[in-house]
Amino acid sequence: MPRTTVAGARRRPATLLAAAAACLAVGVAGCGSSDSSSSAQPSPSASVSASAAAGVLGIRDPWVKAADKGMTAAFGTLVNDGDTDVTVTAAATDVSPMELHEMTMKDGKMVMQPKQGGIVVKAHGSTTLQPGGEHLMLMDLKQQVKAGDELTFTLTFADGKTQTFTAVAKPFTGAQESYAPEHGQPAA
Amino acid sequence: MTEQPAVRPVSRRGLLTGGALAAGGTLAGAAAVTAARPAEPKARPAEAVPVAAFGSAVEPFHGARQSGIATDPQAHAAFVAFTLNPGTDRAALGRMLRLLSDDAARLTQGRPPLADTEPELGLLPARLTVTFGFGPGLYAAAGLDDRRPPSVADLPSFRIDRLQPRWSGGDLLLQICADDPVTVAHAQRVLVKDSRPFATVRWVQQGFRRAAGSEPGRTQRNLFGQLDGTANPKPGGPLETAVWVPDGPAWARDSTTLVVRRISMNLETWDLLGRPDRELAVGRRLDTGAPLTGTAEHDQPDFAATGPDGLTVIPDFSHLTRSHVTDDRLKILRRPYNYDGTPTAEGHADSGLIFTSYQADITRQFLPIQQRLAERDLLNEWTTPIGSAVFAIPPGCPDGGWLGQQLLG
Repeated sequence: MPRTTVAGARRRPATLLAAAAACLAVGVAGCGSSDSSSSAQPSPSASVSASAAAGVLGIRDPWVKAADKGMTAAFGTLVNDGDTDVTVTAAATDVSPMELHEMTMKDGKMVMQPKQGGIVVKAHGSTTLQPGGEHLMLMDLKQQVKAGDELTFTLTFADGKTQTFTAVAKPFTGAQESYAPEHGQPAA
Repeated sequence: MTEQPAVRPVSRRGLLTGGALAAGGTLAGAAAVTAARPAEPKARPAEAVPVAAFGSAVEPFHGARQSGIATDPQAHAAFVAFTLNPGTDRAALGRMLRLLSDDAARLTQGRPPLADTEPELGLLPARLTVTFGFGPGLYAAAGLDDRRPPSVADLPSFRIDRLQPRWSGGDLLLQICADDPVTVAHAQRVLVKDSRPFATVRWVQQGFRRAAGSEPGRTQRNLFGQLDGTANPKPGGPLETAVWVPDGPAWARDSTTLVVRRISMNLETWDLLGRPDRELAVGRRLDTGAPLTGTAEHDQPDFAATGPDGLTVIPDFSHLTRSHVTDDRLKILRRPYNYDGTPTAEGHADSGLIFTSYQADITRQFLPIQQRLAERDLLNEWTTPIGSAVFAIPPGCPDGGWLGQQLLG
């Protein structure tokens, strides 16, 4: 799944675009080891309400699980008002490399794994990213994500377009199943 | 006594027969009502509110002033006071209050908040309001003690006080009110969960009034059976004058203050009193709430009127006399809730009042009344303050804003 363009990106620092592009080039499995030098502080704005710039998808009620270190995940509802299916192929944020994940049953228990082919949002439909289901995975936090912080995320789509949104960090003790044991579990 | 037939033993056969008769009577009654309904629609209460309307009723969250104060009191309330963690500074308070404001904005409008693990419980707001209060400790934690309203400070101790730490103080208060106790419980759970990175729960006081719609427009009754709140400033101008700060910097304008006192009411010793003595203690009639010199609840008391014995009809030691205020600028707005704990094994009640008083200035309005009551109010014989806390109620916030942004932003 080669991605050759991020030309649709808006308001993204060049370093991040490069990091995102690097991630995409090596495929999702390699994202965990990518090393972006960007370390912009999460900057709370006047409100925790989501900002979903007019874009490919409507992004409703986004939030990210607060965590001290390690892994965490972002959730929300992606709404497609268009006439064609939309596929999210990558997600990126300043504070961590990211992967698109799904939960699946393996050997009798739920485990998470990279979502092959990306996250599809059907035409005139919606996809809910939630604990226990598909989610945007932050693989290795470079800094604490504190309750009430706002993080900016960039989604990249199959056609190369991108879209940014902000999500507030919520204290949340669930979503434990999202974390592979070898990565440890971040404090809430 | 010996002639009362009710104390005679009743045979099992008689009980069974009586039960069957009662059931039959109920069925017959139901049939009669059913039959009568089409023919007599006027027999139904004219002002009955459809039950479903209570659940979906909404109070505003955003606005210049916070809801839950001038709001017609809801049936259920939880007052949740927090102690801020040592590391919760001005920036952390901003993050905390953004989260809690977003939760409150959604919950009050019947929308589940973000990351709600029980979202179905968030769909019936039942006039939910979440009112934020800032204790003296919050201003200190934020390094903004110079912005604390001067009267928002620990009250002087009163002779009658038996204050317990478990009901006293607090850096942050969330007053959660709704006409549905499930709605209150869910809102409390959501708000407490989002507070946990920043604060610990100091105390929670849960209270109740009559069910929604059961006595529209009526003054509430406390568990002594007294009407409670008759002397409140009237909605409109008088309430406006008494409660709201009219000017000043952005963090003061449209703010108010709140005193929360937990008043234990001794129903056991109150039981020893005859009805006339109970009415003398209050200075009002128990049934109508009228002053002892009047006939209707809102009649003006005549403190000079004397009876055949030459004594004033309304005793000098009565609660009415001691608490009476005529100047709207010196009145307080009471919005009390009853509490009723578990009786002891001996059957002694744990009952009382969550007394709440809203006023523009605690020192100017609340304290003089409280001092007069503490000095000489016969009701003190049966009531004991066991908790006390004071809070500034900051202005409201616009859509997209958060509670406290004028102070902390």
